[in-house]
Amino acid sequence: MPSLECLPSREAKGYQRKRKMINPLLMQPAHRVLPLLRAGEISSVELVRAALDWIAEADPDLGAFLYVAEARAMARAISIDKARHQGEEVGPLAGLPVALKDNMCQRDTPTTCGSRILEGFRSPYDATVVRKLEEAGAVILGKCNMDEFAMGSSTENSAFQQTRNPWDLERVPGGSSGGSAAAVTAGEVYLSLGSDTGGSIRQPASFCGLPGMKPTYGRVSRYGLVAFASSLDQIGAFARNIPDLALAMQTISGHDSLDSTSLPEAVPDYLGALQREPGALRVGVAKDQLALEGLSPSVRQIFEEAIAKLAGLGFLLEEVTLPHASYGLPTYYLIAPAECSANLARFDGIRYGLREEGRDLFDQYCRTRRQGFGAEVRRRIMVGTYALSAGYREAFYLKAQKVRTLIRQDFTEAFKRVDLIALPTTPTVAFRFGERTEDPLSMYMADLFTIPISLAGLPALSLPIDWIPPEEGEGPPMPVGMQLVGPAMAETRVLQAAYCYEKSSGLHDLIPSFVNDRKGLRFDPQQCSQIWGQI
Amino acid sequence: MPKPTIGLEVHVQLRTDSKMFCACPMEFGAEPNTRVCPVCLALPGSLPVLNRVALESTIALGLALHCHITPFSQFHRKNYFYPDLPKGYQISQYDLPLASDGYLTLPKESIAASFKKVGIIRVHMEEDTAKSIHGASLAHNVGYALLDFNRSGVPLLEVVSAPDLESPEEASAYLVELRAILRTLGISSGNMEEGALRCDVNISLDRGTRAEVKNLNSFRAVRKALEYEFQRQCERVERGEAVLLETRHWDEAKGVTIPGRSKEEAEDYRYFPEPDLLPLEIDVRWVEQVHRSLPELPEGRRERLASLGLHPSEAITLAHNPELACFFDGALEVGAPPKETANWLLGEVQRILHAGGKSLEETPLTPVRLAELLRLIQQGVISSKGGKALLEVMLTSDRPPAELVEALGLAQVSDPVQIRLWVQEAIAANPKQSEQYRQGKEALLAFFAGQVMKKSFGNANPELLDRILKEELQATA
Amino acid sequence: MIVTLEDVRHIARLARLAFDEEELLAMRGEMEALLSHFSRIDTLDTSLVPPTTSVLPLANVLREDTPHLGLSHEDALQNAPEQEGGFFRIRTFLEDAFPRVPALQGSERIPAKT
Repeated sequence: MPSLECLPSREAKGYQRKRKMINPLLMQPAHRVLPLLRAGEISSVELVRAALDWIAEADPDLGAFLYVAEARAMARAISIDKARHQGEEVGPLAGLPVALKDNMCQRDTPTTCGSRILEGFRSPYDATVVRKLEEAGAVILGKCNMDEFAMGSSTENSAFQQTRNPWDLERVPGGSSGGSAAAVTAGEVYLSLGSDTGGSIRQPASFCGLPGMKPTYGRVSRYGLVAFASSLDQIGAFARNIPDLALAMQTISGHDSLDSTSLPEAVPDYLGALQREPGALRVGVAKDQLALEGLSPSVRQIFEEAIAKLAGLGFLLEEVTLPHASYGLPTYYLIAPAECSANLARFDGIRYGLREEGRDLFDQYCRTRRQGFGAEVRRRIMVGTYALSAGYREAFYLKAQKVRTLIRQDFTEAFKRVDLIALPTTPTVAFRFGERTEDPLSMYMADLFTIPISLAGLPALSLPIDWIPPEEGEGPPMPVGMQLVGPAMAETRVLQAAYCYEKSSGLHDLIPSFVNDRKGLRFDPQQCSQIWGQI
Repeated sequence: MPKPTIGLEVHVQLRTDSKMFCACPMEFGAEPNTRVCPVCLALPGSLPVLNRVALESTIALGLALHCHITPFSQFHRKNYFYPDLPKGYQISQYDLPLASDGYLTLPKESIAASFKKVGIIRVHMEEDTAKSIHGASLAHNVGYALLDFNRSGVPLLEVVSAPDLESPEEASAYLVELRAILRTLGISSGNMEEGALRCDVNISLDRGTRAEVKNLNSFRAVRKALEYEFQRQCERVERGEAVLLETRHWDEAKGVTIPGRSKEEAEDYRYFPEPDLLPLEIDVRWVEQVHRSLPELPEGRRERLASLGLHPSEAITLAHNPELACFFDGALEVGAPPKETANWLLGEVQRILHAGGKSLEETPLTPVRLAELLRLIQQGVISSKGGKALLEVMLTSDRPPAELVEALGLAQVSDPVQIRLWVQEAIAANPKQSEQYRQGKEALLAFFAGQVMKKSFGNANPELLDRILKEELQATA
Repeated sequence: MIVTLEDVRHIARLARLAFDEEELLAMRGEMEALLSHFSRIDTLDTSLVPPTTSVLPLANVLREDTPHLGLSHEDALQNAPEQEGGFFRIRTFLEDAFPRVPALQGSERIPAKT
């Protein structure tokens, strides 16, 4: 692994101004900060203030946040400190700054989904995940940027702003949960929630060098998550390391009577499980997937090295095949747009959101939706409407539903022989702005390896396995991620395996040069006491 | 003369406590947009969860209509834009309706010549839309519409009949019977005027091209619209014109059907399975459980009541009024005689209620009290006439009938000595009439009975009086 | 896989999306390219394969018929573009029930919002 400290760092043009130093506390994982909060060594007010200050400092360059709820966050921090002081039960995340993707409803807070059509909309209710985070004591600092209605793989489809990849400001953070990923990477919050329909957590996690997880479909309530494709959408989280990720997933998972598609099963103790070794798990490697066109040779090489490391850690490697996974992309891009064409019909300018007057009501609908939706959203609504329309429904929508069955069966077969499947998360590292916006298909390719898993509704996690120099042009090294996929409900196993790998790699302590002037600053756990001393 | 072929599509609003897919209370007449939540307003991020009672009500209706209950069903999204449809799709059922292939039996006596089974093609669940008030009804505000989402998401059933009906009267009878079934099951008020029952009709001549007529909000409208439409189609045919496949609207004020705007292109609803809801798997045990909980249905009730000796029209009336039928059965349970009970319940009780503009539930009359009243008459404690007077009071007072008899002085005099005294007084006071009677003018018996009744304030036992009067009139001879 | 301009117009009407002529042409090309690519799944034999509607092993998810109040009147209307007397207000739509012509044909163009 190259030593990052020696590598040149590059910032995008116009982003070379001197920034204030980050409070080092903000780059710590939640697991090091929570005990300090609990012990009263730092207050939530201090921590939240520090995070808000850093957001004010860094976010104009980064663009991770669409909305920062400063007053509300401070008020909440004060009340948590007070409650803690009075000896009240304050919850496992009490006082910790976190963020939401802007497609999750929070009462009296703007929820735009990165779309003009929801500009100014304030949700009158809380999503279930918001309720759970707040019950756990987390302090929600704001709403993160995203591709409009979660449609995209670079966050470039946001109607409002670009979000930059903290590892290289000229590159995208991935998408659609790009803002959530960038915010955690750059030290703005400790944990963030994203949503994953075809890879929208795993792909930005990979691009930003973070662990990110999408649970089994049904594990986390979708109530209050603005729907893109209902049969695929799942909420998950980004964190700095696997224990933090386990904590986040623990907090938001569980049955919800407001979501019919919520699984009734109890959620296991993820954090507790990390204390145990997973044993000699059989890891399936899908060689046929590695042969797919579009997988960059350097990513493939790093992935194969990671697989070898897994073997070295005592995992048993097995070859598996996923013969229909390569049909995942067309299948997904028929099913998801079909569902979205209906899910987005409620944006009609009648009860909320943008309204553009027209000659008559029909005209008003057309203009409102034309003005409110961006190009990619319109494209998907068109394709989805087409796929469901009379005469084409069987050939496109129904056919895709059947192929979806074949893809699920591939995983069912594979999981008869292995406990986990390892796959690259993305075919390439983070690409540069504008590189793929002209050609929708090239953008869709970014989700090549994440989509089949979404179609099967399985739990999967992306974790960083290495940083590699760019294949073309100059620039700092960029992170590469690996996906670990489990059978339905096997989140624990996925987290345990990822933790094993993480402990051996130590990569989670890397932070991007963006956060201060020190290039590729590395936090050594042993230096922590010194850092605390400085505060 | 061509024959009309009629099929009905009826939308039934269920009377659950909460809406179809959310917990909003069902309260008619509430202030606009006060019974709404993120789900029925279709706010971003909201999700539907199906109401168990709505589902079981549908199964119950399916069973009452002798339908096949599908073991596997699913909701679909029916996609179309309309301001009263907040999600831009209606959650409905498509190729897997909950119940199908049943029939409804029209009561024999309600139509002169027929006793027939009307096929039920399907019964499926869907959600109601919001209510819109158009500018036209708000003079100051022409050109605008106002939307109230309190009705949005109210559970609806769509009941589609086969085109088996052959006259407006039959269509009317079908609706009456369907409403009786809904009321007996207790799943809908069945009130057309309040929109709990909405009807679209299809009508054609001799199974030719059909026209659909929408917007029928009363039983009368259904019958009138069908009569008009039948006439209109006949006239077209006579003129050699074809009947068009079209949707027409009933104009209540003018009493005519008018063509709806013809559609530029056919609607394409793009149905697909609702991914926010899971499939329904209804096993035999579940169906049996609902079946066991079904009350006696109108058809069976009519037969039972007829077998008790009730007149067919009485049996139909009771079968179509579940509350009355329950009341009737309650009285029988405590020993009241069926025929008399029906007679009093449907006759005198209804007459008094009608005159007072009250419903039975608003009065203190109970089945047990009615039975008590009938027992008092049967035992001769009061006369039938006294019974009527007593009933008037029983509909406003909750004192026990026996006490009321006492208080009102209604007790019948069955003492022969007392009656004989009155009779003798009456004969003595009317020697001329007494003479005429003896000469054969027997009609004067009633005159003397009236005289005695006057003396007894109506309380003389009529049978006893009759006997004694005859004896005394003969004796004076 | 051929997508005609008329197809695109029809779909745009169903989806209530306005396009000007130039956008329609571009959309036609994009839809044709994407759908042609996606029709790759046609090569799979799925004659015996059931469709997947949900990946969940669940059925009969029901709630009890227990009412409780949802949003306050103020919350319900807070985002309304137009309201009156407790109602959402919108232009009258009776004659719009059956759209006749698609919006934005010919040279009419909506300026893009910035």
